[in-house]
Amino acid sequence: MASFIIRRCIQAIIVIFLVTVISFLLLHMIPGDPVIRILGMHASEAQVAQLRHEMGLDLPIYAQYGNWIWNVFHGDLGQSYIYHEDITTLIRERFPITFYLTFLSLTISTIIGIIAGVISAVKRATFIDSFITLFANVGIAVPTFWLGILGIYIFGLQLGWLPVEGWTSPFDDFWQSTRQVIMPVAALAVPNIAIVARQTRSSMLESIHQDYIRTAVSKGLAQRIVFYKHALRNALIPVVTLVGITLIFLIGGEVLTETVFNIPGIGRLLVRAALDNDYLIVQSIVLIIGVIVCFTNLFVDILYGWIDPRIRYR
Amino acid sequence: MAPLLEVKNLKVTFDTMAGIVKAVDGVSYHIDEEEVVGLVGESGCGKSVSQMATIQLIPTPPGHITGGEVIFEGKDLLKYRADSDQMRSVRGGKISMIFQEPMTSLNPVFSVGDQITETLSLHLKLNRQAAKQRAIELLEQVGIPDAAIRIDNYPHQFSGGMRQRVMIAMALSCHPKLVIADEPTTALDVTTQAQVLEIMMDMVKRYHSSLVIVTHNLGIVARHAQRIYVMYAGRIVEAGTSDDVFNNPRHPYTIALLKSVPRLDEPRGRQLVPILGLPPNLIDMPPICAFKPRCPLADKCKKETDPELRPVDDNHFVRCHIDAKGEPSGILSR
Amino acid sequence: MAETSVTSELQGMPQPRVSESRRIFKVMFSRWVVIIGAIIILLLIITAMFAPLLTPYEPNKVNLEDSLQQPSSQHLLGTDKVGRDVLTRIIYGSRIAIIVGVVAVTASGAIGMFLGLLAGYFGGWVETIIMRITDALMSLPPLVLMLAIAVMLGGGVPTVLIALIVALMPTYCRLMCGQVLSAKENDYIMASNVIGAGNLRIMFRHLVPNVFPPLLVLITLDLGFAILTEASLSFLGIGISPPTATWGSMVSDGQRYLLTHPILSLSPGLAIVLIVLAFNLVGDGLRDALDPRLRGRI
Repeated sequence: MASFIIRRCIQAIIVIFLVTVISFLLLHMIPGDPVIRILGMHASEAQVAQLRHEMGLDLPIYAQYGNWIWNVFHGDLGQSYIYHEDITTLIRERFPITFYLTFLSLTISTIIGIIAGVISAVKRATFIDSFITLFANVGIAVPTFWLGILGIYIFGLQLGWLPVEGWTSPFDDFWQSTRQVIMPVAALAVPNIAIVARQTRSSMLESIHQDYIRTAVSKGLAQRIVFYKHALRNALIPVVTLVGITLIFLIGGEVLTETVFNIPGIGRLLVRAALDNDYLIVQSIVLIIGVIVCFTNLFVDILYGWIDPRIRYR
Repeated sequence: MAPLLEVKNLKVTFDTMAGIVKAVDGVSYHIDEEEVVGLVGESGCGKSVSQMATIQLIPTPPGHITGGEVIFEGKDLLKYRADSDQMRSVRGGKISMIFQEPMTSLNPVFSVGDQITETLSLHLKLNRQAAKQRAIELLEQVGIPDAAIRIDNYPHQFSGGMRQRVMIAMALSCHPKLVIADEPTTALDVTTQAQVLEIMMDMVKRYHSSLVIVTHNLGIVARHAQRIYVMYAGRIVEAGTSDDVFNNPRHPYTIALLKSVPRLDEPRGRQLVPILGLPPNLIDMPPICAFKPRCPLADKCKKETDPELRPVDDNHFVRCHIDAKGEPSGILSR
Repeated sequence: MAETSVTSELQGMPQPRVSESRRIFKVMFSRWVVIIGAIIILLLIITAMFAPLLTPYEPNKVNLEDSLQQPSSQHLLGTDKVGRDVLTRIIYGSRIAIIVGVVAVTASGAIGMFLGLLAGYFGGWVETIIMRITDALMSLPPLVLMLAIAVMLGGGVPTVLIALIVALMPTYCRLMCGQVLSAKENDYIMASNVIGAGNLRIMFRHLVPNVFPPLLVLITLDLGFAILTEASLSFLGIGISPPTATWGSMVSDGQRYLLTHPILSLSPGLAIVLIVLAFNLVGDGLRDALDPRLRGRI
């Protein structure tokens, strides 16, 4: 187990390094001059030269990378050249909001998804299995942004049950905050429930067909115990890895829901920055997201190794 | 004395994309108390399926038990629903099974001890302490060293032979009347095979159980079984004492089987003779003798019908039209 | 001795040899959901190819007098804010969807498989580098990655394609590398080696039939995913620029009029759902049909 953990950590470090390189390179792969993009075609030579020096673009590329990483490690993500604000502050204000929504969606969708997947597998080929499978198939096909808009139309405009946009901190007004959060979380969670349910179902079905299930039945154990003790325990192990993968899709979906519901999170910041060509913000956010996902995957993989006795006790 | 288990005319079919397969087509046999019986036949002849059917272990789509009776302790087991309390109390408690692949037959995420105590709590209603004690005892009986420590190990921490010993311990933990061993040593290497067999025999004797050994390996049953049933294409084609079947085989298939196996007591240089042809397709079998296409005596057999099982001796039955006689090394003499 | 040679007449009927792909076809289309999915995909292709024949309207022609009409017999789904017929724009949007989907998936498949082959065949640090890069790429949400690339390279179809390729490529790389590695470890490779067959030739002969099933499934599912992700990108206003009709941008444009003209936003979204669903159903059907463990079972 220890060697497994060490190996995974080393891998993760390499990947995180590559993530930083990739996020850095994205900024520097622009055809044309970023400075001219920002200042416009009519800027003077002096203005261009000055901005270029300010942005550090006159240094060799590895020096730029070094400077950037060095600053990042010290918590300085730089200044947005469009908004003239400290990027770190911008992100810090918005991060908890995005985290709250993403975490909520992840938890809810994982729990519901697992339950749905298990039921679907145990009650295979019955009506409830067909229903869950159908729901899951449609759920993955639905674009999150469309689901959000549909929700706004039905629950916001037509029925008036829920507010159509906006954000209130749960610490300020828990009830209003919850009302605002229901639709975005639902829009995010539905495709995710579908993914988790499908994977759990197939994992469970595979587990049920193993030889050790036949042994369990031959010992005279009740069906209930065979399914929910012997099969489930094995089936859940690969589902753990799924959490890491779903997080990736959730973050992508989060970008969309924040746009649809006008929520001031990292996602909306990313989109606004992208539309305004504020490369530095985009780069910083890409970096942060990449690093978070890497750490989560590392954690999930180690958890997986701990849960599976074949890895834990070599 | 009434037999421990009596199976009458068992029939099992499977639905496949190509048609309905008659895996078991009217099999009847009996097992007495404290005896060892061998069930021999090539792959696909229905021997494993017939055994699993007796304790209703066949997945019911696509399998179907379409006929027969399985009389155990006076009751027909097939009348119970597969997941009923009565059937479940028989499984593991009165009739238990040992499977072929020890690698995959044990649950990898539970310790070996957990899997044994599970059965003990279920059938013998032992509490945790007592069950664990008993499990350690069982592991010692099957020859696993450091049983008290290894009881908490996981299956992947054991070798193939050890795992099979664990399966044996598990199977005999609740003092079953009958143990069915389905190809118990096929997946093991040759040296381990002998050890595991010895332990199995030992445990079965210790607990006064009967044992059915299902195998394609004649060598295993020659040594240990008192009676032998030979199966072909879903039916029993020869039945008799071990002595009878080996020294005086009467069915051309049995004779051919014996001829294809090398023996130490034969003159060197005798050629091994394989049985020509392929096992039959069990879908849409024509109503003639199933072995006829491959039978070396086919030209002597004038009948076009399906033979019945008929006695050729005391307790020796054969399903054949011709009166074939064979020597122990399978040389036909007529 | 009576070892008569077996007379084949008595053998019984030999098993009919149905070709493998025909059987897979049969299994796949025995389920009605897969049939529905395939029909939808066919309709999509037909719609894209014969778009001008299906509608009298121009998708991009501005017609302010007719703006924001409700659905009528003239305009089955109404018109948008500059008077363009919604149904027409959805029909023409299918072209974008197909082009983007097919080109992106094909290119990423080719590039990814090639890299995966390199990684698997050479092993060592080549493999490490390639695999870690794919890990890094896969750590970023596809949408975020594509957003960043699209921003850097500006809008337009080529950018979206490049972004999609970068996002999709790692999965194919992983797939191929895994196949090559397991092929390398296979005993029959060693056996072939002993006989003297060349390494590359062995790999291809064994690799191709093994990688084909999961590859096919992945491609089908990725087609749906590519269309979905492109739609998300154009919804955000990044990627393919107006006035081209894409389903994603239509949803975004229609959001403003949701109260009075919900159809502007909701109908293009429905098109997306149907198409992606169709690809998923067919992909699933393909996967189940190709699963070796389900062979022979109904």
